[in-house]
Amino acid sequence: MNRIQNKLKENKKILSIYFTAGYPSLNDTVSIIQNLETSDVDMIEIGLPFSDPLADGPTIQASSSKALKNGMTTEILFNQLKDIRKTVSIPLIIMGYFNPMLQYGVEAFCKKCQEIGIDGLIIPDLPVDVYSEDYKSTFEKYGLVNVFLITPQTSDERIRFIDSISNGFIYMVSSASVTGSQSGFGDDQKYYFERISNMDLKNPQIVGFGINNRDTFKQATQYAKGAIIGSAFIKFIAENTVENIKQFVQSIR
Amino acid sequence: MNYNVNEKGYYGKFGGAYIPEMLYPNVEALRQNYLKIMAEPSFKEEFNQLLKDYVGRPSPLYFAKRLSEKYNTKIYLKREDLNHTGAHKINNTIGQILMAKRLGKTRIIAETGAGQHGVATATVCALMGLECIVYMGEIDIARQAPNVARMKMLGATVVPALSGSRTLKDATNEAIRDWINNPVDTHYIIGSAIGPHPYPDMVTRFQSVISEEIKWQLKAHEGRENPDYVVACIGGGSNAAGTYYHFLHDENVNIIAVEAAGLGIDSGESAATSVLGKEGIIHGCKTLLMQTKDGQITEPYSISAGLDYPGVGPMHAHLSKTGRAEFMSITDADAMKAGLELSKLEGIIPAIETAHALAIFEYKTFKTDDVVVVSLSGRGDKDLDTYVKYFKL
Repeated sequence: MNRIQNKLKENKKILSIYFTAGYPSLNDTVSIIQNLETSDVDMIEIGLPFSDPLADGPTIQASSSKALKNGMTTEILFNQLKDIRKTVSIPLIIMGYFNPMLQYGVEAFCKKCQEIGIDGLIIPDLPVDVYSEDYKSTFEKYGLVNVFLITPQTSDERIRFIDSISNGFIYMVSSASVTGSQSGFGDDQKYYFERISNMDLKNPQIVGFGINNRDTFKQATQYAKGAIIGSAFIKFIAENTVENIKQFVQSIR
Repeated sequence: MNYNVNEKGYYGKFGGAYIPEMLYPNVEALRQNYLKIMAEPSFKEEFNQLLKDYVGRPSPLYFAKRLSEKYNTKIYLKREDLNHTGAHKINNTIGQILMAKRLGKTRIIAETGAGQHGVATATVCALMGLECIVYMGEIDIARQAPNVARMKMLGATVVPALSGSRTLKDATNEAIRDWINNPVDTHYIIGSAIGPHPYPDMVTRFQSVISEEIKWQLKAHEGRENPDYVVACIGGGSNAAGTYYHFLHDENVNIIAVEAAGLGIDSGESAATSVLGKEGIIHGCKTLLMQTKDGQITEPYSISAGLDYPGVGPMHAHLSKTGRAEFMSITDADAMKAGLELSKLEGIIPAIETAHALAIFEYKTFKTDDVVVVSLSGRGDKDLDTYVKYFKL
């Protein structure tokens, strides 16, 4: 069984942290991962930077541009991660847009992920129908969990379909927005969190977008299995050293 | 061979809808409804009425006598430059604003490069009394000031795209992000035959009035509906798609697509996607696009802002790969020369985009009795500054 699936079985609320690989400096990747693990984070999303990140707000866009300027590529990221499993056991997910994976070759990309010990992928612009027809068997062959997004506008019928083809967790986008763009949750979110919680899905849900402090983490995890923090962490790491990551995590829970 | 979109939204292997889940409900609603709405008699009537009374259609098919003499063939110009707002863009924005109204949307967003599509969108929003937000790269705002002023005068809000290279590609990203943030009340009027399915097909259908008119107009001139060649410039490819549409499946009609070579194909400053591009995903569709080996989208270059796009519509990618269309690329210098030539020979100042299509006559020889129809996609008013500086007029 995959590390993500094992982690989700634990009786605790999951804190997952997203960071952009190659930011703030090209070679920060490994030390950020190690420090996140020792800071008691449960899961890590490694962002593969892309020139045109459609679903991301200004913070992650800027970190992606900087990472690319720093020289980050798919090949370099895989090289940085090649011995990562010698030092960490935390579940690792690569989050990135589809075009760089397509250029690397989807099968080659998945194979490399398995060799390194990556547990799952989040590809926001790979649609569910294309995945299930063309790539599901490849992902499964290499033991990768694929994570799909749902939003407040996603119909129940579609959520059921996504649940049926998922094998890890469902990424619950907290509101109609790009990443990093809101503060606090209102009644709309509460209603949405409750609605999904009541659907009794087979996959647990982890909330992302708009989680930036203790309050929003608590609100999100009241209904869901866990929450993902991205932009707030990117802002923190821009102004602090990797050794201070523990402080950030402690400010959340 | 089928050159139209198939039921899954693909042209051969190109097309599809590679979009984040946040966009799915809107794009899916459009996909399920666009053909139904376009087939409604009341829609057709309103669309055709506006094209006639507001846009000024049909646009003339003009036999360019002096240009034809010079190149020893029969050249017809399809005068999209005479449309209201000065280009073919308005055919699509009229169609999409009527679509948006029927879908119950009250807020319109658009991207624009040179500002032609932005102006055409702001125009139809004024006409319908709908809120209009146009995303435009910060750099393009600086170099296309007259069109920015036009949009403002028409009541639109022009929002600078500050991300990435701050040009058309980034304006498109910003418009998509706006749509993610406003999923309920907003319709996104994409300006070219690009984007997730059904956009390429919808835009092509709205622009197909160009080839529909060419057929009956040519019949009156030449006694036959089909020319030997149809020629159009291609950025994303909306005027080309409309110009080719009704000839796609008549293999006797040769299709020529003209891309911007910029400073030259091998100069590193070019926008010739069919030559320099590779299969990939841009702005929600699988198509040919200019990118690094690593899959990062690169910045193209052309003197004409309208051709300065790193991708090409999926229909055109298919026409290129199947060989149905002949793709040519024309440099800045040749395009500028052709623009000046048309001005002097025919008294028509073309947009620099269009001038690329006119420049092929220097490179390709046609038979004396060949009938060649060129889409004169836009007028050159917006480019006067560039012409003046280039030729030191």
